[in-house]
Amino acid sequence: MTTIESYKTKSGVGVSAQRPDAVPKATGKFSFSSDLSSHNMLWGQTLRSPLPSARIKSIDFSEALAISGVHAILTANDVPGKNLFGLEHPDQPVLADDLIRYAGEPIALVAAEHPEIAANAINAIHVTFEELTPLTDAESAITADPIHPEGNVIRHLKIDHGDPSVTGDLVIEGTYEVGMQDQAFMGTESGMAVPSPDGSVDLYISTQWLHSDQNQIIEALDLPEDMVRLTLAGVGGAFGGREDVSMHVHLCMLALHTGRPVKMIYDRNESFLGHVHRHPAKIWYRHHATEDGQIVKVEGKIILDGGAYASTTSAALANACCFSTGPYRVPNAQIEGWGVRTNNPPCGAMRGFGNVQTCFAIEAQMDKVAKALGIDPVELRLINALEQGDTIITGQKITGAAPVKEVISSLADHPMPGPAENNLLARPGGTGRTTDQKHIKRGVGFAVSIKNLMFAEGFDDSSEALCQVEDGNVAIHTACVEVGQGFITLIHQIAEEVLGTSDITIIPADTSIGSAGSTSASRQTWMSGGAVLKACEAVVVKLIEQIFEDEGVKYENFNGTLVSEDGTKTIPVSEALKGRSFHEKIVHRHAPTFPLNNKGQGDAHVSFAFAAHRAVVDVDQELGLVRIIEIATSQDVGRILNPLQAVGQIEGGITQGLGLAVLEELVMKNGVIQNANFTDYLLPTALDTPPIEIAALIEEPEPGAPFGAKGIGEPPTISSTPAVVAAIRDATGIDLRRVPVRPEDIALE
Amino acid sequence: MPNDEQPHLNVNGKRLTIQKSWFGESLLFTLRERLGLYGSKNACEQGECGSCSIMLDETLVCACLVLTGSATGRDIKTIESLAPEGSLSTIQQAFIDTGAIQCGFCTPGLLITIKDFLDENTDPTELEIREAISGNLCRCTGYGRIVEAVRIASKTHDESQGAS
Ligand code: FES
Ligand code: FES
Repeated sequence: MTTIESYKTKSGVGVSAQRPDAVPKATGKFSFSSDLSSHNMLWGQTLRSPLPSARIKSIDFSEALAISGVHAILTANDVPGKNLFGLEHPDQPVLADDLIRYAGEPIALVAAEHPEIAANAINAIHVTFEELTPLTDAESAITADPIHPEGNVIRHLKIDHGDPSVTGDLVIEGTYEVGMQDQAFMGTESGMAVPSPDGSVDLYISTQWLHSDQNQIIEALDLPEDMVRLTLAGVGGAFGGREDVSMHVHLCMLALHTGRPVKMIYDRNESFLGHVHRHPAKIWYRHHATEDGQIVKVEGKIILDGGAYASTTSAALANACCFSTGPYRVPNAQIEGWGVRTNNPPCGAMRGFGNVQTCFAIEAQMDKVAKALGIDPVELRLINALEQGDTIITGQKITGAAPVKEVISSLADHPMPGPAENNLLARPGGTGRTTDQKHIKRGVGFAVSIKNLMFAEGFDDSSEALCQVEDGNVAIHTACVEVGQGFITLIHQIAEEVLGTSDITIIPADTSIGSAGSTSASRQTWMSGGAVLKACEAVVVKLIEQIFEDEGVKYENFNGTLVSEDGTKTIPVSEALKGRSFHEKIVHRHAPTFPLNNKGQGDAHVSFAFAAHRAVVDVDQELGLVRIIEIATSQDVGRILNPLQAVGQIEGGITQGLGLAVLEELVMKNGVIQNANFTDYLLPTALDTPPIEIAALIEEPEPGAPFGAKGIGEPPTISSTPAVVAAIRDATGIDLRRVPVRPEDIALE
Repeated sequence: MPNDEQPHLNVNGKRLTIQKSWFGESLLFTLRERLGLYGSKNACEQGECGSCSIMLDETLVCACLVLTGSATGRDIKTIESLAPEGSLSTIQQAFIDTGAIQCGFCTPGLLITIKDFLDENTDPTELEIREAISGNLCRCTGYGRIVEAVRIASKTHDESQGAS
């Protein structure tokens, strides 16, 4: 197990600074969005459609409204503004008015004195449906009758790179499938809306992007921006699942209608219905390779099931296609992708966004190519690994750090684990004693991934930060959402680095400052970290100017200490700030990106990060049970800003990857989720999760990135999945084409 | 219907009367929404995640599965009692030092579970630790730092501290 030394250090950049919220979180005092309460508060609940496709004939809520303690029942007719919202563009009703397009679609809202009264009221609302046949197959959706006025194809993307006539000595085909994974953050959706007498509303909510929420809410409420104020409430994990609006508009509607604060907490079942999931995918590849192992062409077709509404399907498809050939040099590629609408639950962002699906398929293909050519799988990857200066299949040249070979080699060199402990807990099947050691087969799998960092395709991506000094006291304000990743630790570290003090106040994230963009796409260290850095630096520039005016001495800042030009005087910045006040607000942007053209070519991405994973598994082939023995990794991180938090991101991300490999799937039947609860949706427990070994964190600073640091949150989730599946293939010899791998996929082969 | 009887609970050493608790209300709801003890969490409310773990008469339970009525007069210890105000137990300190906390939603339940575990097992192996916490789901950390925290805490754990 990886052990991190030097837990306690001060808080500059590069050390394992302690989370500023660690003590309140360890003592139960940290306030999550579900812990909000207010005098005179009501409880809100949502009536959702049990059917995936239907027409609403009538809604009768007279009986529900008559229940004592019920204060409001609202339907589509009560939406004050546009009855539409959506993260990329508005295409989803706030409350269904006519058509139901997925099972779980909200129809009506209740506010009541107690959650049980609200639940009784929900049960007393009578909706008459005309049931329609749901469209649930993503492939047929491309040509099927539209289920939405915008049509079924949300995006069709072609990448046409190089020479299509090239063929390889070896041609390997494969089709693959990825099931629907859920973010399953521990803190379910929750929040509270508090109305004001002037008709405005304050919303306290767990989210990933306050300003995107605000923009969608004001349209639906038909209120100006200053009348809908959002403040971040404590977030219990996110992983992409809070990027879309869930209860936001509903809460505001109920609060404005009743004139009372309204709180909502989704239970786990409703949480599964109330947020987007990872896109299920069908993928076909044909790889062409030379005899000596060079990939010369890849053909691919990718279908992502977006479910009923667009959410971020378009961007996820771009990721799936742009990186459909993996972290490899592929001179010729013909890729075609579709993101489609069906009557399945809406899908959108989840950690690894679009790259997860194709990585699973590419890495399986790479193993097949290696096997057919008799080349070691690691060697094949080294032969084809991208390097700085190479061009990816969108025609974009990699100008930043690309230590792909280092990532692969350092992991390949890492020692292998020994035999499993002689303990039933360490075996597939555990204490059930379903097998004996001699029937257990071991396998090893290796996989490599590429992930783009930050938003792409010309999106104007920015973050605003304020560094405010009042009489020497420093406060920092951004709208950057802390979801658990540790951005608030980083703010302290940056302040220490520039101002020489981590004794600062963090002003709660809200919409009174400009947007920080989303806490997603591995972007906040670069974007909001960059903004905080620049704001702090701007204060120091002003400070140095003031001192020069006062004393006529020119100073320069060295990591929080001012040194006079002649080197004779030094003064800590924090000392020099005493008695002074500053207010420096800046907006930080990354280098611009550009849209893809009609051949899928263009400099659409900012930066790339790479990771490799090696999984070792023990398999009981008779029962199809898998015990993951170890996952080891090397990752390209640019620069480590906080070793302890970096390890946390890597271990957590890998665990979500192994979840997709062998456990996690929302099982669908005719458009209805069959396992929307923690009894049947299987999350990795501490026993399912093996020790995670970090072979190497490659620090090659990224040009243009604050401190040279690359985002590290997503890569761990991407290639860990194919590594585990490759290990199971290695142990069993079974050609596993679908994740998650279920026991029957192994035992009944 | 509201229940007219007024049950009382002994929570963290204090006798508390519950006004108007609902028939069928879970102990978790009562602790959180009636007594304002929000430290116990509500990730699933069906006994699968351990985020609501508390001690009920010295037994580790999921507060979401206990009816408030059935806890009347019994001793309840929650995360709020793990260390005296202003101090930290060795387990809490180990969680902070090892980076075992990210979003922190699983943390209170895990701390209660681990305290109970270390009271019984002072020198656990890694597998024993993993088994002991396997009823507590964490989505953020991948458990590595948590296991490390338990290992460190086991070296210095003092049974007399906090909830037991
Ligand atoms: S909330 Fe009680 S076990 Fe999950
Ligand atoms: S730290 Fe977020 S669930 Fe454990």
